[in-house]
Amino acid sequence: MTFLRTRIPLLETGAAWLLALLWLAPLAYAFWAAFHPAELATHFKLFAPLTLDNFAKAWTYAPFPRHFLNTIILVTMILSAQFVLCTLAGYAFARFEFAGRDIAFGLVLVQLMVMPEVLIVENYRIMSRLGLVDTILGIGLPYMASAFGIFLLRQTFKTVPRELEDAARVEGCTFIGVLWRVYVPLARPTYLAYGLVSVSYHWNNFLWPLVITNSVETRPLTVGLAIFGAPESGVDWAVISAGTLMAVAPLLVAFLLFQRQFIQSFMQAGIK
Amino acid sequence: MRHVYGWLLLTPAAILLVAFTHYPAAATFIDSFFSTGTAVRPSRFVGFANYASLADDPIFWQVLSNNFWFALGTIPTAIALALVMALWVNDRLPARALVRMAYFTPTVLPMIAVANIWLFFYTPQIGLLDQVGAMFGVPSRNWLGDPDSVLASTMAMVVWKEAGFFMIFYLAALQSLPPELEEAAKIEGASRWYFFWRVTFPLLMPTTLFVLVNATINSFKLVDHLFILTKGGPDNASSLLLYYIYQVAFSYFDTAYASTLTVVLLALLAGFAVLQFLLIEKRVHYR
Repeated sequence: MTFLRTRIPLLETGAAWLLALLWLAPLAYAFWAAFHPAELATHFKLFAPLTLDNFAKAWTYAPFPRHFLNTIILVTMILSAQFVLCTLAGYAFARFEFAGRDIAFGLVLVQLMVMPEVLIVENYRIMSRLGLVDTILGIGLPYMASAFGIFLLRQTFKTVPRELEDAARVEGCTFIGVLWRVYVPLARPTYLAYGLVSVSYHWNNFLWPLVITNSVETRPLTVGLAIFGAPESGVDWAVISAGTLMAVAPLLVAFLLFQRQFIQSFMQAGIK
Repeated sequence: MRHVYGWLLLTPAAILLVAFTHYPAAATFIDSFFSTGTAVRPSRFVGFANYASLADDPIFWQVLSNNFWFALGTIPTAIALALVMALWVNDRLPARALVRMAYFTPTVLPMIAVANIWLFFYTPQIGLLDQVGAMFGVPSRNWLGDPDSVLASTMAMVVWKEAGFFMIFYLAALQSLPPELEEAAKIEGASRWYFFWRVTFPLLMPTTLFVLVNATINSFKLVDHLFILTKGGPDNASSLLLYYIYQVAFSYFDTAYASTLTVVLLALLAGFAVLQFLLIEKRVHYR
């Protein structure tokens, strides 16, 4: 029996590692292609010379610095707006009895299914009426009141003991003061978890930014990368790999550094 | 007073939600009963005409069936893999953190980047798949150019991308299971296989349902890869409903018909929402 017990896990360990290697392979390939001369992208030689030329080329072929800047502005803008809006709304749902609260909450949850990218046709029309086509604000605006964020913060705020709030009110805190001094500090892990999920989502988001932008000045990285990587652009594999790696590098590096945090955040956000 | 405060706090979020979710959803529905306006012919009420052309549109039926096969091909495989991954990573596996990282990495990559990399795998002759195939004497194949293999090729990539994400939900559920169960099973001498099928798997059922519904909803939103890999081709063999909506609206500029297609998508999503609501109710009773 003990013999069997140690053998099965050994076999499984092998399988688990094999799957892990398989899962890393595409990324490993991208690294190989990006750091080797273009003619080696399709021939695998162990001691082929390394080069950074592909990165230099990718950097000049496409306006990467501008795309980087746009994406950074975009995710910062969305996240800060989400924090403010979702905190206020989550607080309202968690701690206030007001007429129509449950219906309003139900209406908020609708957005969990009907994300803005489903409504590209109509949202494009709205943006053009608002004069926000081809602006970074136009990319971010539909995502700022996030049902997911409101829901997460509501759940967190509900776990805060009422006594803390009462104590703060006795001390003379206003509603907003209580929110800022009691609720927000206690919800810090939720903000971190939600922040990581939101930044990864918007760093990687593509369809809506593609629809609403049409110039270099507003296009985020994903859209820039799609144009850059299109077969029509005639750029070779090595350079595309280099560009792809550059675009994913900040998020990937952040993930590798704060791996535990990332996985726990996605877990925390997932259970609620 | 608390009524007023409640609504005041809610107002900023409510305005944006109404403006970019509820209003456009309603407007989509209304637009589906009008024709697309042009400079010479303004938009007019056409009743169910758009729905009639939808029923006659072979591409619509094709993308709908593609979506069905896409969901059926990716979701069960990705969920099964996710469960196995979670079980492995939750056990005392050597180099566990590294393995967990490997499984999860595709989740943090944008689909556009992933598609850029996978495009190379599928390239005929020089692509990785064909090169490996050539070693074993398998003839070269145009994976993305052949209507018979293109959808399956995109599905393989999506499974790779999604499994690690679903793993997270199982991992969270596994960590909340009481460890006494496993100890009891060990004392009873139950095999791992028996323990999994009789204890772990049933206890994970709520998670499986949750992931299943979310994965289904997600499968209707996953279209980014098509922009890089196939543009929906060849002959719409890999196109999906949302991608077709994009094409109709922004390549053919037929916004009324695009709205009609969106109504179908919204109806499908609403159906899944109801399903999820019922399942989550069950989950609450279960706990």
